[in-house]
Amino acid sequence: MNIPSLFMASLKDRIENFSIKSLLFPLFGIVVFILLWQVGASRVNTSLGVFPGPTIVYQQWNGLVQEHQDERLKEDKFYERQYKRIEARQAKDPSYVGKIRSYTGKPTFFDQIFTSLYTVLAGFILASVLAIPIGILIGLNGSVYSALNPIIQVFKPVSPLAWLPLVTMVVSATYVSADPMFSKSFLTSMFTVTLCCMWPTLINTAVGVAAVEKDLLNVSKVLRLNWMTHVIKIVIPSAIPLMFTGLRLSLGIAWMVLIAAEMLAQNPGLGKFVWDEFQNGSSNSLGRIMVAVLMIGFIGFLLDRVMLTIQRFVSWDKTQVLR
Amino acid sequence: MQTHLNISKVSIDFPTPKGPFRALNDVSLKINKGEFVSLIGHSGCGKSTVLNIVAGLYDATEGGVLLDGKEIQGPGPERAVVFQNHSLLPWLTSYQNVELAVKQVFNKTKSKKEMHDWIMHNLELVHMTHAADKRPDEISGGMKQRVGIARALAMEPSVLLMDEPFGALDALTRAHLQDSLMEIQKDLNNTVIMITHDVDEAVLLSDRIVMMTNGPAATVGEILHVDLERPRDRLALASDPKYVDYRAQVLTFLYEKQRKVEPIAAGKDAKASDKGEKASA
Repeated sequence: MNIPSLFMASLKDRIENFSIKSLLFPLFGIVVFILLWQVGASRVNTSLGVFPGPTIVYQQWNGLVQEHQDERLKEDKFYERQYKRIEARQAKDPSYVGKIRSYTGKPTFFDQIFTSLYTVLAGFILASVLAIPIGILIGLNGSVYSALNPIIQVFKPVSPLAWLPLVTMVVSATYVSADPMFSKSFLTSMFTVTLCCMWPTLINTAVGVAAVEKDLLNVSKVLRLNWMTHVIKIVIPSAIPLMFTGLRLSLGIAWMVLIAAEMLAQNPGLGKFVWDEFQNGSSNSLGRIMVAVLMIGFIGFLLDRVMLTIQRFVSWDKTQVLR
Repeated sequence: MQTHLNISKVSIDFPTPKGPFRALNDVSLKINKGEFVSLIGHSGCGKSTVLNIVAGLYDATEGGVLLDGKEIQGPGPERAVVFQNHSLLPWLTSYQNVELAVKQVFNKTKSKKEMHDWIMHNLELVHMTHAADKRPDEISGGMKQRVGIARALAMEPSVLLMDEPFGALDALTRAHLQDSLMEIQKDLNNTVIMITHDVDEAVLLSDRIVMMTNGPAATVGEILHVDLERPRDRLALASDPKYVDYRAQVLTFLYEKQRKVEPIAAGKDAKASDKGEKASA
């Protein structure tokens, strides 16, 4: 069976096993939470008005969607005007070559979500590309482990906010280009995310690699597998369950770190959106921040689900309970 | 007949905090080509250690092992091992598990087509072609052990080492696999060293039974030649006086001469007779 058909099979399986009961309890939980939130929020008064309850959040959400659509419309019109102007000039003077100026409107809530998403993915992928090979090396070799362990233990608990100024300065100093492919703010956020989220993957990969069953190692010895075959056929598959535990932890951390980094560094993204709204301090601000909070949580949840789905496909141990 | 495998004065020490612990002392054994030898003894007597030394997974402290006159160096596919708990790679299908071994051993000498045929041939030997595309967690314990045997046989080993291959299986499956193994042995005439703690299994399958003394410093106690006609049939043998006598000799060695000293004196007799019953069941 190939992967897509496997995927369809598992999807079909899930739909068939779907029952009202499995939906009833989560729904009940959500309803109770919304009620408590509505009642509780109306009792908290701040200088920017009452704390946003579900109704305010819903209104603000609609407002943000509206804003986004308006902005896109404005953008379309902006380009349309340019095309018309150029066409008009060309009608008069066929040799005229028009120049299109890009739209520079302020990024909407959804633009910020998109920025955050690709930044977090870039940082996470870079972290995985670094952490998995190092983890494998550490797990295989006790000496490398002893050499790197103190460094890992010291850097692991460092908060993203401590790294940020250093990363910012290093990026500004080293990434000098007349026509930069990436913006500096993107690189700063990405590297901060990488530095903070690589540790769980690294450590879990190392533990997984070191914990390969002794019998399987003996099989490898009896077969006289060379180093590469040994690593590819025995070590990596056997470490995959723990590797994915690490990857999921890493992605969760990456997302949390990114929001904090964007807030502090004023780099584009959801973190900046929250900070801008806070600084703005209008009567809408708290509601909009609450929308962002929920959106951050929801995206974090989705990212974890995506990793879980990938893990289900890659993992050979179908009896393992994954949640 | 020339000596195929010569285990010569092998001793091994394991380091412990209290100094070296001598697990095996002066074990010598000569095995001919095509011979089926069982090692039997109480648990902890070092049977597995002997096997691991022959496999090359442990290094003997003193003495050494000669295979066709050459000293063995480290593990290798010419001394294939069937492990007690199958040790199949759980992420590979039965076919792929055997394939990993075949690719490793015959990469240079067999074409792709030949390798495929060889894999299927070995799966057929253990009657597992129907589950070639199943992964270990999808087949039963006995089937896994069959694939494990197929993998070992596929390496075309000059000595096949089996570490309690049927120990983890229920009695019916075990009997079934013993019959299969005798069939394969008849066709291929492999040299086999098998570790067991099952007296019936040892007598049924072996040409010779090597009985080991209790550790520490375990060594070869007695060697019993089993002179029974092949093919052997477990039902017919059950009432064969020769078979019964061989069984009795092994049991006498295990439960009289090498009775395991239990820490609680009262439980000793009960346990010993319990074990005896199990073995004869």
